[in-house]
Amino acid sequence: MAKSDSLLTVNDIHTYYGDSYVLQGLSLEVASGQIATLLGRNGMGKTTLIRSVAGLTPPRRGTISFKGKSLAGYAPYRISQLGLALVPQGRRIFSALTVRENLLVPTSKLAGRKGQGNGQRGRWNLTTVMEEFPQLAERAAQSGGSLSGGEQQMLAIGRALMANPDLILMDEPSEGLAPVLVTQFGEIMQSIREQGHSILLVEQNFGLAMDVADYVYVITSGRIAYHATPKELEEETEVLDQHLGI
Amino acid sequence: MNWILQALNGFSLGALLFLLASGFTLTFGLLRVVSMAHGMYYLLGGYIGLSVVWFTGNFWLALLAGGSSIAILNYFVNRYLIRRTGENHLAQVLLTVGVVLILADIALTIWGGDSLSLPPPAFARGPIELPGNIFYPKYRFLLIVFGAIIGAVLWIFYRKTQIGAIVRAGVEDREMVNAMGINIDRLFTLVFALAAFLAGMSGVAGGAFLSLYPGAEWEILVLALVVVIVGGLGSLEGAMVGSVIVGLVDAYARWLLPEFSHFAVFAPMAVLLLFRPQGLFGKEA
Ligand SMILES: Nc1ncnc2c1ncn2[C@@H]1O[C@H](COP(=O)(O)OP(=O)(O)O)[C@@H](O)[C@H]1O
Ligand SMILES: [Mg+2]
Repeated sequence: MAKSDSLLTVNDIHTYYGDSYVLQGLSLEVASGQIATLLGRNGMGKTTLIRSVAGLTPPRRGTISFKGKSLAGYAPYRISQLGLALVPQGRRIFSALTVRENLLVPTSKLAGRKGQGNGQRGRWNLTTVMEEFPQLAERAAQSGGSLSGGEQQMLAIGRALMANPDLILMDEPSEGLAPVLVTQFGEIMQSIREQGHSILLVEQNFGLAMDVADYVYVITSGRIAYHATPKELEEETEVLDQHLGI
Repeated sequence: MNWILQALNGFSLGALLFLLASGFTLTFGLLRVVSMAHGMYYLLGGYIGLSVVWFTGNFWLALLAGGSSIAILNYFVNRYLIRRTGENHLAQVLLTVGVVLILADIALTIWGGDSLSLPPPAFARGPIELPGNIFYPKYRFLLIVFGAIIGAVLWIFYRKTQIGAIVRAGVEDREMVNAMGINIDRLFTLVFALAAFLAGMSGVAGGAFLSLYPGAEWEILVLALVVVIVGGLGSLEGAMVGSVIVGLVDAYARWLLPEFSHFAVFAPMAVLLLFRPQGLFGKEA
């Protein structure tokens, strides 16, 4: 990856929860227009990385820069306004809000979005998101809490798209979904990439991760143990066995 | 005839309680802050409004001044005191009771210990004739209308606007709203200010028919607490329905069971808590 087209650069970050030392010098990059995937077993620090980038649990040391700008000291809402959206683990749909209200939260004037770009500004709105996810259109007036797991995941992705972000952080979107849906979500991610959004995808589903990724990182105990293209990783039986148990 | 008059009495007290309890319940539900200061906000807002009426004769200015001075006071109480308590509700209760005691003493020094009445604006004095040959104090009737309008505005804001949806989203998952580009802390501070404004304003509105005196802060706080508990913590709809119920029970009890009227509002609360501990509109814990 050439340094110049790096959208997100995470450089040697150290993140803690209180005294618990989770990310221990982690570095990675997401190139513009690509899907970077972070693979790793449970409890290795994947969600913590996502939280670090989103500003929810900022690192104590190390730097994160997004579109060339250091995120140090930025509150989560300011990071988001720079063009970053989150599809969190467990979806975290607003269950008391309707589907429509859920989708509209990120479009509020309160979230004055500056600094987005890629010529993609305004591509996503209520109409286009509902075209992409017809189930959401059918359930627009229903409460978010009444949706099935797959529909909630679509809503979480749709909600992220509504902000027209440059980069989407996705934390285990395939978790708890039926295999058909997992395949569908793989296609959705590729289509999102084609429309100019970059993705940092955290996955435990090895097949999905390898299918969609342009580049793969493997995390073990808060550090990147290995990184390569999916093709190269496939050959590395030792890495697969040792870090992913495959 | 008396039935209808008592109903009007119930609705007008209900309207006043709603002005106070709507902010109270929002503070509970949104910010998870247990503040006992709301009754004092009511009384102090009323006193400030009273002074404004004395000096300017303008009732609208009094409403505005009573509301905004309490909103500002609440900002400092929250910023420098309540925020230090974190999630410790017991500390919040003790702290805000302390704030009430201090403010009550200050108010006593300024406005004295007598019962003071706030003169209603000229256009609202005297009786109004309602259909069916019913004569009713015009001020109390207008208060019902005012309460209904404020209730409708709050409801539309909370349930039907995008910002209202964001506030509801923030109640559920503050962190996610923050991660969507919205400065949720600032928004909640504004809602908190609105709640305090309503409390201060309700003191001005209430001072014109219940009168203001030392100790009124606890009496009105108890009624507002009953409203919030009956309606369900954090529910705006609950505050509406609860205010009307408490207002009506109070009015009819004063008429039919005068010797029990002090306890009457607690009876429906106790019964309700047996069957629906979360209140009429509250979510199950
Ligand atoms: N809020 C928290 N407080 C303390 N420790 C946490 C918290 N969240 C996660 N951890 C710990 O941090 C480590 C990494 O967790 P996480 O990033 O969620 O892993 P992953 O997403 O890879 O499964 C785990 O050991 C977990 O127990
Ligand atoms: Mg995780």
